[in-house]
Parts: sequence; C-alpha cells; structure tokens
Amino acid sequence: MNSLTDMKRNPTDWQGAAMQKRIARRYAAERRFKALGMAAVMLSAGFLAFLLVVMVGNGFRGFTQTELPVEIDFPAVTGGASPSQFEGPNANANLQSMGLREIVDSSIEIQYGPDGTDLFSPGGWTAVNAMILNNPDIVAEKTTIYLPVISDIDVAYKDAGNPESEQKVRELGDQFSTGFNWNFLSHSDATDPMQVGIWGAFKGSLITMIVTLLLAFPVGVLAALYLEEYAPKNRLTDLIEVSINNLAAVPSIIFGLLGLAVFLNFFGMPRSGALVGGLTLALMTMPVIVISGRNAVKAVPPSIREAALGIGASPLQVVFHHVLPLALPGILTGTIIGMARALGETAPLLMIGMRAFIATPPSGITDPATVLPVQIFLWSDEVDRGFVEKTSAAIIVLLLFLLTMNALAIYLRNRFETRW
Amino acid sequence: MTSATLLFLVIGLGLVAWFFGRLKASGMQAGGKTSRSALHSLPSYHGWYVALWAIVPAAIFMMVWSFVSPALITDAALTSAAAAGLPQDGFSRAAILSEARAIAYGNQVNAFNPLSQSMVEPYRDAISYYQMIGAVAALLMVFACGVFAWLQIKPDLRARTKIERVTMLVLLLASLIAIVTTVGIFLSLVFESARFFSMVSPIDFLFGTEWNPKAVAGPRGETGFGAIPLFWGTVFIGAIIAMIVAIPLGLMSAIYLTQYAPAKFRAWMKPILEVLAGVPTVVYGYFAALTVAPALRDFAVSIGITSASSESALAAGVVMGIMIIPFVSSMADDSIAAVPNAMRDGSLAMGATHSETIKKVLIPAALPGVVGGVLLAVSRAIGETMIVVMAAGLAANMTANPFSSVTTVTTQIVQLLTGDQEFDSPKTLAAFALGLVLFIVTLLLNLIALRVVKKYREAYE
Repeated sequence: MNSLTDMKRNPTDWQGAAMQKRIARRYAAERRFKALGMAAVMLSAGFLAFLLVVMVGNGFRGFTQTELPVEIDFPAVTGGASPSQFEGPNANANLQSMGLREIVDSSIEIQYGPDGTDLFSPGGWTAVNAMILNNPDIVAEKTTIYLPVISDIDVAYKDAGNPESEQKVRELGDQFSTGFNWNFLSHSDATDPMQVGIWGAFKGSLITMIVTLLLAFPVGVLAALYLEEYAPKNRLTDLIEVSINNLAAVPSIIFGLLGLAVFLNFFGMPRSGALVGGLTLALMTMPVIVISGRNAVKAVPPSIREAALGIGASPLQVVFHHVLPLALPGILTGTIIGMARALGETAPLLMIGMRAFIATPPSGITDPATVLPVQIFLWSDEVDRGFVEKTSAAIIVLLLFLLTMNALAIYLRNRFETRW
Repeated sequence: MTSATLLFLVIGLGLVAWFFGRLKASGMQAGGKTSRSALHSLPSYHGWYVALWAIVPAAIFMMVWSFVSPALITDAALTSAAAAGLPQDGFSRAAILSEARAIAYGNQVNAFNPLSQSMVEPYRDAISYYQMIGAVAALLMVFACGVFAWLQIKPDLRARTKIERVTMLVLLLASLIAIVTTVGIFLSLVFESARFFSMVSPIDFLFGTEWNPKAVAGPRGETGFGAIPLFWGTVFIGAIIAMIVAIPLGLMSAIYLTQYAPAKFRAWMKPILEVLAGVPTVVYGYFAALTVAPALRDFAVSIGITSASSESALAAGVVMGIMIIPFVSSMADDSIAAVPNAMRDGSLAMGATHSETIKKVLIPAALPGVVGGVLLAVSRAIGETMIVVMAAGLAANMTANPFSSVTTVTTQIVQLLTGDQEFDSPKTLAAFALGLVLFIVTLLLNLIALRVVKKYREAYE
C-alpha cells in the first residue's frame, strides 16, 4: 500500500524539467538509432558502389589499347605482290612465305629506328595478317596501320609505368592513339598482356554451363516433382530432404574435392575438361534447383490437381500436363539463379585442374578448358602490370554476363509468374 | 563404330520403334471403335512402351559391355603372336600394355617403348573385333526387344500403367542422386583422409601447432602437419573479423529496412544489398588483394605498425564480412518479421519509442533466429575460398594481429592440390583431411543453426 500512496503524492509531471529532459534524451536516442540504421544501409550500398567503381574504373582501360602508326610501303617491301595472291584458300600460306613478320618489323625499324621493334607488342603483326586476309587490296599501296605497343608502354601511356617507358611516352608524345582492343574479345590466354583475350575462357564457361544445365536441370526438376508430389512420408524421403538441404550448404570447395577424388581419380575422366567441371558444378547447382523447384510446385493451387484428377487424369498426367507447366516459370527463375552462382564459382574448378594455361579455345567437352572466374584468378596472379586492367576488364565481362542472367530471371518471374 | 555413334543409332531406332508402336495402336483404335477392343491407353503410350523396350535393354547391355570388353580386349591381344615377346615381369608388362592401349585408342601418338608399338596392331584388331561384336549385339537387342514389345500391343495392353511405373522409378532415381552425392562426398573424404591418417597421426594433425607441409621429407615420422594455425586463421578471418563487419551492418540494415524505411526505399535497397551476395567471390578476392589490402597496409604503417603485411587477415576478413552482409540481414529480417505484432504493439502502446521497442522487445524476441542466421553466415564464411586464397596469404601464423598474414583451411587445400600432385604423398592427402574437417564443421554449424531457427519459429506459432 505504501507505493500506491507514494504515487499519489507524486503524479507524473509531464511538464517538469526533469521529464522534458528525459524525453528529449529518449527522442535523441531514437534519432541516433535511426541514423545508425540508415548509415548501415548506406555503408553496405556504398561498399557495393565502391567495388563496382573500382572494377569499372580499372577495367574500362582494358578494353582499349595504345597504338602507334606504322607506315608499310607494301609495293616496295613485297616486290609488288598483287592482292589476288592473298585471296582464297592459300592466302595465309602465301602471307607466311612472304615473311610478313619481317616486313612489319623492317617497316617499324625504318620509322622508329633500329630499336623500334622494342616499342611494339611482339604479336602485333598478326593484326596486319588478319587485316590483309580481310581486305587484300591494302597490299597494293602504301598503308598506315596502327599497331599495339608493348605492355609497359601501354601501362605508362594510360597511367604511370616504369621510368624508361615513361621516357618513351614523353618522346613519342602525340603519335600515340587509342584504339578498341578487339583482341580482348577474340583471343585466348597469352603471356603478353597486349595479346590476351577472354574468348577462350568465355567459350569454356559457356560449354561448362551447358553441361551443368543439361545435367542439373532435368535431375533437379524430376527430384522436386517427386519430393513435392509423390514422395511417401518415410525414412527414405526424410533422408533425401536432409541430404538436399545439406548439399545446398556444403562449401563449394568440398565439391571440388569430390570431383577430384571421384570423377578424375576413380572414373578417370579427362582432367581440366568442361565435362568434369560441368559435372561438379551440376552437383552444386542441383540442390538449388530442387529447393526452388519445390517452392514453385508447392505454389500451384490444389484445385488444379483436383480438377485434373476429377476429369480422369492419372496422377502422372496431372503433374506432367498441368502442374509442371504452371510451375515452370518459377523453376526456371530458380534455375537461372543457380546457374548464375555456378558461373561465378572458382574454387571447385581449381581442384579439378581447370587452371591450366589454355591458349586455344576448347572445342569439345573433354578438351582442356578454363572458365571466366578462373581466368580472372590466373590473371590476378600475374606479375606484369599490364594484367591489372585486363583482370578488371574480364571482371566487367563476368559481371555483365551475371547481370544479364539475373535480369532474365527477374523478367521471367514478372512476365510469367501467376499469383494464385 | 564408336560408342557415341552407336548410342545415337540406338536412340534413333528407338524413335522409329515409338512411331511403329503408335501406328499399330492407332490402327487398332480406328478399327475397333465399337465394343471391347477400345484401347486401354492412348496410342502414344503404346509408342513409348515399344520405344522403351527397344532402348533400355540395349542401353544396359552397352553399359555392361563397356565394363567387360576392356578385359576381353586385353586377353585377345595377349594371345596374339606379338605378345610372346613381352617381358614376364608384371610391372613393365602392364606399363607396355597400357601404353599400347593408349595408342590404339588414339589417346597417345607415339610409343616410348618399341615393344608397345608392336602391341598396337593386335590391340587395334581386338578393339575393332569386340566393338563390332558389341555393336551387332546391341542392334540385335534393339530389334528383338522392339519387335517383342510391338507384338504385345493389344487393345487391352496396360501401356500407360507400365510407362508410369517406369517414370516413377526415374523420378525416384533423380531424387536419390542427392543421397548418392552426399554419401560420395563423405566416402571420398573419409577414404582419402584414412590414407592420410595412416601416415600422419590424427593427434598430430588436429593438435599440432606447426604447419609446414613443404618441409616434409620421409614417408614416416612426418611433422609439419599440425593444423591448429590453419584452424585459428579460419576462425580469425571467418568467424571473428568477418562477423565484426557483417553482424552490425547486416543487423542494422535489416532493422532499418523493416522498421523505419519507407516502402519504396525498401523495395529498392533490399535487392541492391542482395547484389552483394551475388558478386562472384573471385571478384571480391581481387578487390581485397588489389584495393583493400594495400590501403589497410598503408593505414597500418601510418599508425606505426611497421610489420604490417600486404596480405593481411583484416583485408580478407573485412571483404568477406561485406559479402556476408546480405545473409545476416535477410536472416535477421525473417526472424524480426516472425515476432508477433502484438508484442511490438504492446510495447509501443506503453509509450516506448521505436528504438526502445526494437532494442528491448523485438531483438530479444528475435534473438534465437538472429543467432541461427549468424551461425549459417559463419559456416558460409569459413568455407569461403577465393577471398582468402587471393588476399589472406600462405604463412601459417598463430597471431591475433589483424595486420599480419594468416592462412586458412581452404587456402591450404587449394595450395596443396594445385601444382604437381602425387596421389600417395601425405602432402596431397592432407587436403582431403582438411576438407573432411571443414565438411564436418560446416555440417554441424548448419544443423545447429537450422535447429535453433526451427525451435524458435515453433515457439511463436
């Protein structure tokens, strides 16, 4: 009873100075807390923006190359070769026998002095080769061709390089020009950063993804249908569910160890090939497809099933004729998200040897191949500074690839998903 | 005829069989509309019935044959005249045979051993002979089984029931692949680890403090396989530094987005934060190594830590924490959303401010869910590979200095398994033992986390 009388004696004085102060303090705490939350969101988004800005800022230059003009007096150096020699099936052989490389080198030496060839990327003459094959008429006249410079000078011109290269850049000053680096899109890995390209890795990624999709999609969809529509409630079903949930959480590197121990050492499949890579990634992607597939199948209302059963469809016809087509957009969305994850995966592929130096694009599923993320990893290890921008440029390509896939998934979801 | 062409041929014949089966069945349907001869199943089911009969036995035979025929081929090659000149010693004999086999199959061009070259011809003969037998037998089976099934087609054949039974079997098999994979992972890790532990004692491995597999010399009495520094490095980066970054940012983001943010802001920011989880880890690794690590080192040097390494635990941990933010935030989001509204409304009605409600009511109520989410995030962080491979370094230090270089379990797995591999050296096998530890730890973390989350969900339902 004592406390009650106390309260009666001191009713809350809302206008009192102490109370006002307390309220002000509590409201300040409220504002601080809210600002803290806002700061967390902004900081997280800021990290993302910073990451993208760094990558794009570095990588943007990877798509360009620094070039110097070389004047090649074709009629004089070839002794009057006619354009018709460089058409048809023997064109390349004729170019080789003519000694195109020496022709290019001597033209460079005429223009830039005896050390001139040191300025140019050693593989630059192949660009001339391709140019002639493309348009043989240029051998009939004196032509100025822009050839890529060596990596050190490229770095020095774009940014800051070593002292000698900086010196060269100052000497040659305004002769430099910047061209789009087509090699980067059409070549494969190389030792010279001016000649590297991502086509080989891109093709490897594509083949690996196809293998993964062909294996993981049917298995994932069938397993999802079984678990959601038919599976009896028993020990085996529980075991399947537990395994699928666990597989979805197993670190990716463990799948690489599995691929190494089982596919390579036990079954003796070809090392470094897209087949083993695709198989390993398929095992990783399958649980993702099963889980998203089950959610999509679950979302189909029971009335559809009952209606189909009611007009005499068998349980299998109900699922394959009615439930599956309705669940397909959801399943596809999940599949694309799983595939996007597999596309960015690096660690398991390192385990099964897809980290070799691959200078020719793979042409089949058993050829040694590499994939985009592994290529990025390999280039990031290179000492040559010319690789920095190439690595970032490859990252831009990979991110664009992923962005396209995710955009496709969002489009599919918005376009086809039915809300029941 | 190679096995791929044979396979395509068999599948093509299966399609033909489908067509004939369907044709016969629809003929019956057209002829007997009147009475008892009405078909039990649709004609296409009959088609599938014939096609499956044509393809499946032949495919099974081809699979068995591909296991049996190498032995038969070797036997046949050994009975040839050239085989008489082979050495009796089993080891060199096997080497010659495997080389000859590689050449005969076209996997290898030239022989190192002249004896192998002499064995190539007998091998080629035997291969083409047995391939021919296999192909002829497979095609005969296609025809025999196909015709058998075709003859069975009658109006009352329960083709649909049979096809559906096969389909159910396929569905079940597809689901079993998950179990097979799990068992495969477990067995391959355990098997290789057992070989490792037969060379290195498990006690030394789990409790040793010196990790230096390169220095290992002899096949017995190995040292340098003490994994404690790796475990410490993994925990230091994945469970301490990364979580110091990810928990406050993830939790506060989730709170702000669910409790304060206007709907439109939330609709934009949530997917943007989720992009953080979608960026490939190799990109984070490169970012950590190229941008974050040098910046942190310069910072450390400027505040007087001269021993700062360019590959620091802090760089890898911070970047990993950024990657983990969306996981923490979406788990926290879910668990806060699961707290009954009545609790929130009650607190607000008592006059508590929003932040007081969140701090004193929502967070304590959602805590088990948040803890479960954090455990899942930890399990993901310690299994993460590329960031630590690219940014954390290789030196196995036991240090709590975040600016020095530490190494992790995943980094060492990559390190041990790339480069030249010998499959009986403890150096290579150690990677599997590390993998086994990683597998078990992540599995336990996941199980505990899922149990915690589930228990807590039930509490409010």
